[in-house]
Amino acid sequence: MKKTMTTSKTGKKKRSQWGDIWHRLCRNKLAMFGLFVLVLLVLMAVFADVIAPYGYDDQDYSQMLQFPSAAHPMGTDNFGRDIFSRIIYGTRISLQIGFISLMGSAVVGSILGACAGYFGGAADTVIMRGADILMAIPRTVLAIAIATTLGPGLTNAMIAVAISSIPNFARVVRASTLTVKEQEYVEAARAIGASNAHIIARYIFPNVMSPIIVQATLGVGTAIILAASLSFLGLGIQPPVPEWGAMLSASRSYMRDYWYMVTFPGLAIMLTVLALNLFGDGLRDALDPKLKK
Amino acid sequence: MDHLIEVQNLKKYFKTPRGMLHAVDDVSFTIEKGKTLGVVGESGCGKSTLGRVIIRLLDATEGHIYFKGTDIAGERHTRKLRQHMQIIFQDPFSSLNPRMSVSEIIAEPLKIHGVCKSRRAVEEKVRELMETVGLAERLANAYPHELDGGRRQRIGIARALALDPQFIVCDEPVSALDVSIQAQILNLMQDLQEERGFAYLFITHDLSVVKHISDQIMVMYLGMVVEKAETQELFDRTLHPYTKALLAAIPEPNIRRVRKQELLRGEITSPIDPKPSCRFAARCPYGEEICFSETPPLEEVLPGHYAACHRVREINGLESGRDEDGTSVSI
Repeated sequence: MKKTMTTSKTGKKKRSQWGDIWHRLCRNKLAMFGLFVLVLLVLMAVFADVIAPYGYDDQDYSQMLQFPSAAHPMGTDNFGRDIFSRIIYGTRISLQIGFISLMGSAVVGSILGACAGYFGGAADTVIMRGADILMAIPRTVLAIAIATTLGPGLTNAMIAVAISSIPNFARVVRASTLTVKEQEYVEAARAIGASNAHIIARYIFPNVMSPIIVQATLGVGTAIILAASLSFLGLGIQPPVPEWGAMLSASRSYMRDYWYMVTFPGLAIMLTVLALNLFGDGLRDALDPKLKK
Repeated sequence: MDHLIEVQNLKKYFKTPRGMLHAVDDVSFTIEKGKTLGVVGESGCGKSTLGRVIIRLLDATEGHIYFKGTDIAGERHTRKLRQHMQIIFQDPFSSLNPRMSVSEIIAEPLKIHGVCKSRRAVEEKVRELMETVGLAERLANAYPHELDGGRRQRIGIARALALDPQFIVCDEPVSALDVSIQAQILNLMQDLQEERGFAYLFITHDLSVVKHISDQIMVMYLGMVVEKAETQELFDRTLHPYTKALLAAIPEPNIRRVRKQELLRGEITSPIDPKPSCRFAARCPYGEEICFSETPPLEEVLPGHYAACHRVREINGLESGRDEDGTSVSI
């Protein structure tokens, strides 16, 4: 409470809205840890060529299925490729898939959901019944169907993953929009002559942000795994491109004897998803000015 | 001369599963520049709906709304109207976007209508508005939830003033505030009216508030106007039995004075597809056969004093005007 008083008193030093959010985010230690890990992962992806001791497809048949050692910190796989290097390169692919596909479905899904909730009537019926149709099909099957139609490849895998998560966003955003649009401040916006697009952008979205963020951070993990399933079926990333999920499924048959082949890609996915969740939670709290402490 | 606002036979019905809900039924009145019309009535009598229909937040089912002589009831492009007509909401806690700072909220109407040329001009205008409504400059970057109800309502007022409107609908602007703050906000609103000369439609259920601020009072019951007169006239010579009951319900600060309380009994008639009758008949102590079969017209019982009641003259001991000399004017 005391803090609030001082911030509003020193409010003369004008801090932008984003500056405010950043300031609040900095106070959340877990979120900062999540952000730290994410930054690390991004750096790893960018500087993969420098960090990785081997190339991602350097096969060395004399070094097959090696136990982790100084030369191969995470061991080698059945082609004698260095798992550590492959995981580092895999960051590129997995982060790309996770973020880009999620971003796409979040944007499209949120806009559709907000329109459905805000306008109601026919728009609502058409959009939500469409979402229902997509949701009636299991996500993996849907992604497989789309990927099969589009053909294999990274871009197509991303599109398939993105489309299959649009209904989730549309649903979550529509539900929150229905509550927010009944608020008096939306009526007030109409009273000052704001257009529908303006109301959705400035009044609806900022107030339905938290479920979108939670859905997105949870979704990135699912997206990575979904893309991995596609790769496993030969519909996503093609070998030898390293992708965590693909690595995981490729080493499935060696799991019994060579645990490190599945453990490290699995840990990489887990760490990424955990970091995203921690950061997402923190961001949600920071975006809500009511929680300003 | 044209009135600033002239409302003629305004109706607003809502479709419900059980039939048509008559929220506002055949309401007519005028408001002059710089004057305040108080609208009083209990919850659900259609006063808020009336306010929203007039500034076109809701579409009228039937009737005319003239703003400076132009009928705006069917106007499709309401954006232009917003500059002339504004609204102050009842609940200052829910009428401000929690994600916007005070200055952003006040700047919204300016940005939407492109009133100010540059960013600097917007900031300047926001500062000016904040000063007008008595908000300290240091609160510009605060968020609504950090402020108390009175300050929030001042933000709502500043937002309504931003476009220099000529007519403001005040939808119970003080009923969510503490009594001490109520007086401050009411005084602010009166000062602003004197300074800028705009007209208010002041909606409230609080008779002491409406007495303080209005020039004219209109009493509504279930969507219909039951009595309308100048403020002093209405309080001095109350005609309609419903208004009498309302006035009797004002708490008396003097505990020694014992008053005869006229308690209303019975349930409110359903506003869904009402039959032609006096809507107050079921609760009226003077209800007669005619009250249950015919809707009483709003007629001028005394000069400038209108009431809608079949037995108004009888109850108040006035000679019957309608049958004998025909002086009364039915509107």
